[in-house]
Amino acid sequence: MSRPAGLRPRWLVGGVVAVLVALVAGVSLGPVTLPPGSVAAELLNLLPGVHLESGLSEREIAIVTELRLPRVVLGLLVGGLLALAGGCYQGVFRNPLADPYLLGVAAGAGLAVTAVIALGGAGTEGALTGLPLTIPLAAFVGSLGAVALTYLLGAAGGRSRSPAMLILAGVAVSAFLSAGQTYLLQRNADSIQAVYSWLLGRLATAGWHDVLLVLPYAVLTTVVVLLHGRELDVLSVGDDEASSLGLHPQRSRYLLIAAASLGTAAAVSATGLIGFVGIIVPHTVRLLAGSSYRVILPLSLLFGAAFLALTDVVARTAAAPAEIPIGVVTALLGGPFFVLVLRTARRVLT
Amino acid sequence: MSAAAGRPGDTPAVVVRDLHVSLGGTPVLAGIDLTVAAGEWVTVIGPNGAGKSTLLRVVGGLLPASGGVSLFGTPIGSLRRRDRARIVATVAQSPVVPPGMSVLDYVLLGRTPYIPPLGRESAADLAAVHEVLGRLDLGGFAQRELATLSGGERQRVFLARALAQGATLLLLDEPTSALDIGHQQEVLELVDQLRREHGLTVVATMHDLSIAGEYADRLVLLAAGRVAAAGTPREVLTERLLAEHYRATVRVVDGEHGPLVVPVRRP
Repeated sequence: MSRPAGLRPRWLVGGVVAVLVALVAGVSLGPVTLPPGSVAAELLNLLPGVHLESGLSEREIAIVTELRLPRVVLGLLVGGLLALAGGCYQGVFRNPLADPYLLGVAAGAGLAVTAVIALGGAGTEGALTGLPLTIPLAAFVGSLGAVALTYLLGAAGGRSRSPAMLILAGVAVSAFLSAGQTYLLQRNADSIQAVYSWLLGRLATAGWHDVLLVLPYAVLTTVVVLLHGRELDVLSVGDDEASSLGLHPQRSRYLLIAAASLGTAAAVSATGLIGFVGIIVPHTVRLLAGSSYRVILPLSLLFGAAFLALTDVVARTAAAPAEIPIGVVTALLGGPFFVLVLRTARRVLT
Repeated sequence: MSAAAGRPGDTPAVVVRDLHVSLGGTPVLAGIDLTVAAGEWVTVIGPNGAGKSTLLRVVGGLLPASGGVSLFGTPIGSLRRRDRARIVATVAQSPVVPPGMSVLDYVLLGRTPYIPPLGRESAADLAAVHEVLGRLDLGGFAQRELATLSGGERQRVFLARALAQGATLLLLDEPTSALDIGHQQEVLELVDQLRREHGLTVVATMHDLSIAGEYADRLVLLAAGRVAAAGTPREVLTERLLAEHYRATVRVVDGEHGPLVVPVRRP
């Protein structure tokens, strides 16, 4: 008897292995390169009841647990969240181009952060370090505010509201807020550098407090979205069919948009705008492992996490001692990689 | 009259009373009355824009409407969606075919009203789907991608999904509009066979009047949102009614099972 689409164990194992490899690689590589075996032992020591001899010095252990691990963990969380939210938006809107920034998330965060830096009187390099909590908070409020505005506009179509209406509303809101941001930047040219270093994404200053800030939202988003994999499959045949099959498509859509947007806002507030992950990871998974959302969502979470953590390794080693903004690396690496996947997958499929 | 049609005293499958529907401020249905007996096949005909699809959408619960619509004696507004989905299944005119989805997964969607919210399908759901696939000669197609099937095969898969839903009322919106004449017959014969074997009630919309008359127990002619005529195919498919409501010049000739409508060139 043939089986329905589902998450094949080998893919799940592959995803978990990718995350573990990214974790060990991310912690091992840097200005001081540590042996991966020792790092793995030291990471295992963090688990309760494990006591392994890693051979690392006190100082090296501090590098692992206080410096690199929070950064890698934050990278994993943000990458997983962005990819999961991207896959979720693509299903909710039945639109392969949907991504976490579609609904105005990026523009809202951008405007809010610009406003805080430019108008906060700290228009210099010190802004990012001087306002450690204000900026994430502004980004969070800005993203969620923009998404809420998009909902309101999208729902203004009354009974004709549709996924397309919401996307159009997102485009309008993004354009409006971006214009506001450009205006602010132009009036406060001295804060441009501080704003852009945030906009291009930063994991460099990540500490455990960033991880703790993102973690609750990451858990909430992940649980809500992963539970809806089957519903997204039903939604893929259209709203009419879904409701004649007994679902409430509009209700599910709004719940999922809210969950994905919350996760995205949390990610953006911690690390700035990191593009591309939300589009290329779900599509790569779709092309390689299957088109059911019960496959796409969990694998996007795992591979998105691994992808961003590994990208971060490149970002801080490729031009060492300088760091390349991670948003630049995701696009530079992700673009060609995705073209490669697209070409090979098409050859296999046809 | 088919032997499967409801006996006197049975609760009708569908009762529509004084139904009014406006879409975007334009009245589409204006005072429809319709009763469909359990086990009956009723086909709704009428010119483009008469409101056929809208009527089907209201009966399927996809559009709210003022006026009463009851399914098997229960007002449709008081049914929960999941319960409604176990009673009535709709096959849309051109259902969305999601890229990459297998036939098995598509038909499995029909089990949605039986799968707990946020839950997953059980072995019983899977068995039900395989049973339906076997009955519709689709067993060999289970792992094929739906998008790669031909029009006739797809229509069978759409029907399979509706049957997997376990509903006794089947709403078919233009079930044969995309098919050649041979596949039209194949699909309609299949629907008729399923109806007789499982006591299904069928409400369909169709454009081909001869085929509509061949398969339906009764025809309902809709024009400008009202029922212009209803009755046996012989009563509805008359040259006078078709000229009046379709503005068509036709000859109606007697066929083996009912009237055949032949368009002729205007004089």
